[in-house]
Amino acid sequence: MSAVWQMTASRVALGLLTLFIISLIIFGALELLPGDLAEEILGQSATPETVAAFRKELGLDLPAHVRYFDWLGGAAIGDFGNSLANGRPVSELIAARLGNTLFLAVYAALIAVPLSLMLGILAALYRNSLYDRFVNVFTLTSISFPEFFVAYILIYWLAQSGLFPSMSNISPDMGLFERLYRGFLPALTLTLVVTAHMMRMTRAAIINLLASPYIEMARLKGLRPSRIILQHALPNALAPIINVIALNLAYLITGVVVVEVVFVYPGMGQLMVDSVAKRDVTVVQACALIFALAYVALNLLADILSTLSNPRLVHRR
Amino acid sequence: MPAFLENLLWVIGTLVACAIVAWIFRFCLRLIPATWAKPFNDMPLTASFGLLVVILYAVVSLLAPIIAPFGEREIVDAEYLPWDTTYILGTDNLGRDMLSRLLYGAQNTVGIAFLTTGIAFIAGAVPGLLAATLGGWVDQALSRTVDVLMAIPPLIFALLLLTIVGTSITNMVIVIALIEATRVYRLARAVAAGVVVMDYIEAAKLRGEGLVWLIGREILPNTAAPLVAEFGLRFCFVILLISALSFLGLGIQPPTADWGSMVRDNATLITFGDITPLLPAAAIALLTVAVNFVVDWMLHRASGLKE
Repeated sequence: MSAVWQMTASRVALGLLTLFIISLIIFGALELLPGDLAEEILGQSATPETVAAFRKELGLDLPAHVRYFDWLGGAAIGDFGNSLANGRPVSELIAARLGNTLFLAVYAALIAVPLSLMLGILAALYRNSLYDRFVNVFTLTSISFPEFFVAYILIYWLAQSGLFPSMSNISPDMGLFERLYRGFLPALTLTLVVTAHMMRMTRAAIINLLASPYIEMARLKGLRPSRIILQHALPNALAPIINVIALNLAYLITGVVVVEVVFVYPGMGQLMVDSVAKRDVTVVQACALIFALAYVALNLLADILSTLSNPRLVHRR
Repeated sequence: MPAFLENLLWVIGTLVACAIVAWIFRFCLRLIPATWAKPFNDMPLTASFGLLVVILYAVVSLLAPIIAPFGEREIVDAEYLPWDTTYILGTDNLGRDMLSRLLYGAQNTVGIAFLTTGIAFIAGAVPGLLAATLGGWVDQALSRTVDVLMAIPPLIFALLLLTIVGTSITNMVIVIALIEATRVYRLARAVAAGVVVMDYIEAAKLRGEGLVWLIGREILPNTAAPLVAEFGLRFCFVILLISALSFLGLGIQPPTADWGSMVRDNATLITFGDITPLLPAAAIALLTVAVNFVVDWMLHRASGLKE
């Protein structure tokens, strides 16, 4: 058992190192800017006095490593400084929106994961049938669609008739059902975007195993195809499937940005896009760090879970 | 549900029409003299459809100024006019001809995406091949840098960099090229790593060939097939990323006609049941699907020839 803990610990340590370097990049990208952030943001018409005052306010007169550790230390306890655009604390701007984004991502994942597993297993069961081919073309097509195309098709079909609202302006005082109802179209868009890839990989992972001797054995015993796939192939295909699920959940994080903008959903993605346009660096840095954290964490989770799903690695002699 | 059935019939009809056009195109390709037409004999319908669409896009993007009935930035009439004989696809939110902007969009969006992919390719493949050939600390330094850059989600990274350097077409091209170059590097290095251990590379080294010869004449020809396929796939990712950024208002800026920002500008029409704003998005989708179909076929051929 200790070997597993050791491996998990080393993976977590590696993940933390990655995060540390990412934080360096997110912070350091600003330093690469030719000239100065203050001059860049205030524009050419700014007087030297305003530039100096602005620099002092941002702490730009301090050396870079001091500012970096200040920023990182603050970020660790949820304090990201103040927004450059309106002076409010960044944590205040993010707090409510982070919850909304997580709600949307979890909502989409709860639909997408069971759906794609089911479709993938069915495609493996009825491989090379008409159903399989249809699903194949459909998934190849939907992988190459821009997210906003899928979103607007859904609006055209489902929102225009008044079935669902085309704007998911949810607020904290709404009940769960109201939130689920209003968030349905964005969640469905995200589902469609990630399902294709997940089910393709599920199908591939299971079909890969079908040539193994123990599957041959099960078939010779006269087991039903559904039993062979569910009880014999699926447990052994878990590692790649877990991996691809986690990777797609990580992909949701990127997809959420565009989808939130289409549906005017009050989440982190929309905040980040607005802040990029305003060049509100502190907010963008905070959002980037949180998105990167989720991305790295999910990849780490995939890594650990897929190892744990393999008994040969857990009970190594 | 008569409206739904009608939609379904349209979809099926379009698919059948596409299949027929693809079949005719493949038939024409096979009429080319035997030595040239060889690859087209085993071409599936999806690939011939993809090839046709890619050629069509290339022609349209080159001839846009000639085909387009109106100018790219010319305000011709009132806003949001419906489809009619003068303005075949109606007018947009500022009263510009939709069809003309769609055609010019082919030139801008596809052109910029192609340029970006090209830069990403040179910036990714050259270090990738170098790292695989040289090995040692060069390989370690480059690979670890790329590992870290790849740990940040691409769109988030692009947004971060665009905040810092400001939004403009040049900046966007450089930022996206940099991000995609990391992915190209990965593939180029992996493929080349399989080639450098071959005996003929060893022989070339013993002959005393230089690094440029080794990469250009020995490694590159043997890694060409997967790299060309990767170019197609990368192009799809780039065009999706560019249109996502343009859709968010951070990419190609108006008044330049671009498919992503055209969707954004005219999106309000969709809630009124007008599908015009979906057309630019469909144009992107059709192109990426077509490229994927062609790449699929090329990869299949490349793997088949090796067997």
